[in-house]
Amino acid sequence: MLSRRIGFKLTGAVAATALVTISVFAYVSIRSHERSLLAEVERHANQLSEAVKSGTEYDMLGNQRERIHQSITRVGNQSSIERIRVMNKSGAVIYSSDAAEIGKNVDKQAESCFLCHSAGRPLERLEIKERTRVFRLQPGGPRTLGIINPIYNAPSCWTAACHAHPRSQVVLGVLDVTLPLTAIDREIRRAQLEVVIFALSAILALSVIVAFLVKRWVDVPVADLLAATQRVAGGDLRYTIEEKSDDELGMLARSFNNMTAKLSEARLQLFQSDKLASLGRLAAGVAHEINNPLTGVLTYSSFLLKRTKAQPELQEDLKVIVRETLRSREIVKSLLDFARQSVPKKTEADVNEIVARAATVVESQLALNHVKLVLVPDRSIPKAAVDANQIQQVFINLFVNASDAIGPKGGTITVSSAALSLSPVGITQIKKAQCPKRHSLVEGEVRIDGKPSVRLKARHDGNEGFIYLNSMYGMGGHHYGIPVDDKKELALACPECSSSLIQPNRECPRCGAPVYAFESPPRGLVEGCSRKGCPWQRWEDVDATGAKEFVEVRVHDDGCGIAKEHLPKIFEPFYSTKGQTGTGLGLSVIWGIVDNHNGSIAVESEAGAGTTFVLRLPVKP
Amino acid sequence: MKDILVIDDEPVITAAVTRICEAEGLSVDTASSSAAGLALLSRTAYRLVLCDVMMSDVDGFALLAEAARRGLSAPVVMMTGYATLDNAVRALASGAADFIAKPFTADELLAVARRALRGVPDYVPCPPSYYRLGGVSWVKEEAGGIVQVGLSDQFLKTIDGLAALELAPLNEEAAQGGTCATVVTASGDRHGVASPVSGRIVEVNPAATNPAAVEKDPYFGGWLYRMLPLDLPSDLKSLVSCSSDRL
Repeated sequence: MLSRRIGFKLTGAVAATALVTISVFAYVSIRSHERSLLAEVERHANQLSEAVKSGTEYDMLGNQRERIHQSITRVGNQSSIERIRVMNKSGAVIYSSDAAEIGKNVDKQAESCFLCHSAGRPLERLEIKERTRVFRLQPGGPRTLGIINPIYNAPSCWTAACHAHPRSQVVLGVLDVTLPLTAIDREIRRAQLEVVIFALSAILALSVIVAFLVKRWVDVPVADLLAATQRVAGGDLRYTIEEKSDDELGMLARSFNNMTAKLSEARLQLFQSDKLASLGRLAAGVAHEINNPLTGVLTYSSFLLKRTKAQPELQEDLKVIVRETLRSREIVKSLLDFARQSVPKKTEADVNEIVARAATVVESQLALNHVKLVLVPDRSIPKAAVDANQIQQVFINLFVNASDAIGPKGGTITVSSAALSLSPVGITQIKKAQCPKRHSLVEGEVRIDGKPSVRLKARHDGNEGFIYLNSMYGMGGHHYGIPVDDKKELALACPECSSSLIQPNRECPRCGAPVYAFESPPRGLVEGCSRKGCPWQRWEDVDATGAKEFVEVRVHDDGCGIAKEHLPKIFEPFYSTKGQTGTGLGLSVIWGIVDNHNGSIAVESEAGAGTTFVLRLPVKP
Repeated sequence: MKDILVIDDEPVITAAVTRICEAEGLSVDTASSSAAGLALLSRTAYRLVLCDVMMSDVDGFALLAEAARRGLSAPVVMMTGYATLDNAVRALASGAADFIAKPFTADELLAVARRALRGVPDYVPCPPSYYRLGGVSWVKEEAGGIVQVGLSDQFLKTIDGLAALELAPLNEEAAQGGTCATVVTASGDRHGVASPVSGRIVEVNPAATNPAAVEKDPYFGGWLYRMLPLDLPSDLKSLVSCSSDRL
């Protein structure tokens, strides 16, 4: 509906305001115009009256009545003069440009007498303003302006030869000049018309301009927002509004885009956890279904293996069947473990050997794709406490992924191993965090680099919100949910019980800012700098363990690489760039396994230049 | 009197178990449902019943309860899938002699079968204030929320001599019903030892590396681990109090 449109309302309001303003202005202006025109006519009438008075004075003194009559008639018959008449003190018209009036008596209530005689006693001296009046000769007729000019007794009058007037008389009579106001009224009507035309065109122009601007600045962005909310409500969370302007609507558009992005992320996470939940059910179902056939294979093959000890040529093949069936059993189990986030069964194992075993499994598949697998093991690496089956699964997945990235044209996968010693800073994850009242601070919903963050309630400069700490010890890169500057104090507390986490009398050794602390059982207190941008953290229990021994395996392929925008997401469950061919579970399973080993996996890649996965496993659990 | 009755609605399992056990000279009957199994049980005496947990008609637990109600003395070994570790705990808590996780190898099956066929000889029951998971393992609460975990004498008496004990490393986490140690018998059989509680191993008994020490004093000097339990109260619900055994 048009009348409900904000643009229509705004334009209407502007037009109404303009109408009122212009009307008031026009009224005042026309009134003033009219007043000045009237004043002009008044002045003109007065001049005329004075001219007639002095022109006839001599004839009056000489009592030349005929001459006076002629003068008045001649002047009074001019088209710009309605009439001129002279009345004596008793109200009788003695001279008039309208001959028919001569001799008639004028009532004291008549227009020309009323002003002086209204107070009962005749006024003898009147200001020029008070001597004029505007009236209509006939009702409905044109307006006229009358001016009366009293003729006062002067020495020359009572000394004149005619002796018509005694000396005691103050006013001898009145000269009444009436002028038509037709021309002025026409002028005023013209001015009124002009003002109306001006007002209408101004309102029209204003409305058009306002309507245009409103459309451009308000309607279009609001319509965009409306369309966007409808799209988003319809489920299209990837829809974004073009951010055209810097004004409030532009900001609204930006925060809208921001909101949909967050919403989309949240939905994705929800979707993923939903997927994971379904996966858990699926896995349980599959495990149950597959257990029986797998039991058939495993029992028969292991039975055969027992019975054919005398036939070495069969033994080798059967061993492979038994081994691979046992591996299937472990895969089913790890699939369930993934759904249940179970722990690996660690034993001391040579990672080089695990890599070699994984290589044997995928060898033929890689050969078909013309992919060469080059192993560059460092034989001196120590044995690591790992679940050999799970880690083998990790490598198999990485090799298959690398082979997919290389594609059918062929290429090389290089796997190298090395021993390395790393300081705990940046490689140790804060997996548990609690406030003094033992509320958990770990937040799984907000993840930093794929890991759950540590959530603290923050109060700063009147704002209250959350700060999400990166759970990788000493790495910085915390997320601030509220704007923070260095100058004002930042209060950090437990989101559940609001116990303060700021340590009294402690200062960050790097920048002197207050220090927060929380418990990370069973490994003691984690402290950190509360200033934004300062990555300082101290975790004494972990620092005390000193550098940790790791086995590092780098899996490099010279395939298509991973685009920068995909890098942060590749370890998320069901994130796949392979379309229909991949389940998207591989890398997240790998991540889960490595994480359960307290290891780390990172990816270095450039689109077109190949990819390197860097896997680090602690030597000691 | 026959040796073994296998109850499973999956023919390949009954067939495989039959093949393997008969090759060891054991006589085997099969049933493809709980009802058929119970019918056979009421007609024939068996030394061992192998029964699947999940069957289309009546599940293994109901069969176990029914067998107990009828006073059938044959030990029952439950066959469970990996998906149902808690079923394993439930099986032991409900009176099953043991459980075996599917899929299993011939050796794993025979190890479990041989242990169950050995019957229930005289053994030293666990001391009061201990809790046991079936006849396999025990747990004892200590101060500070720590528990001690060990092998029950009943388990040790049903194997043909403890040759070696493979213990889990420090800091390993074990789930209730999951394998926390592996027992190697004199004849080479391997038995997984189901952990009575879920938790992290905080201490491994150095004396337990000597099988003789464990066999000699399984309840005191021969304990296996000290563990930090994850949720002891809920774990205890699946365990049998040793004091109640003595009533």
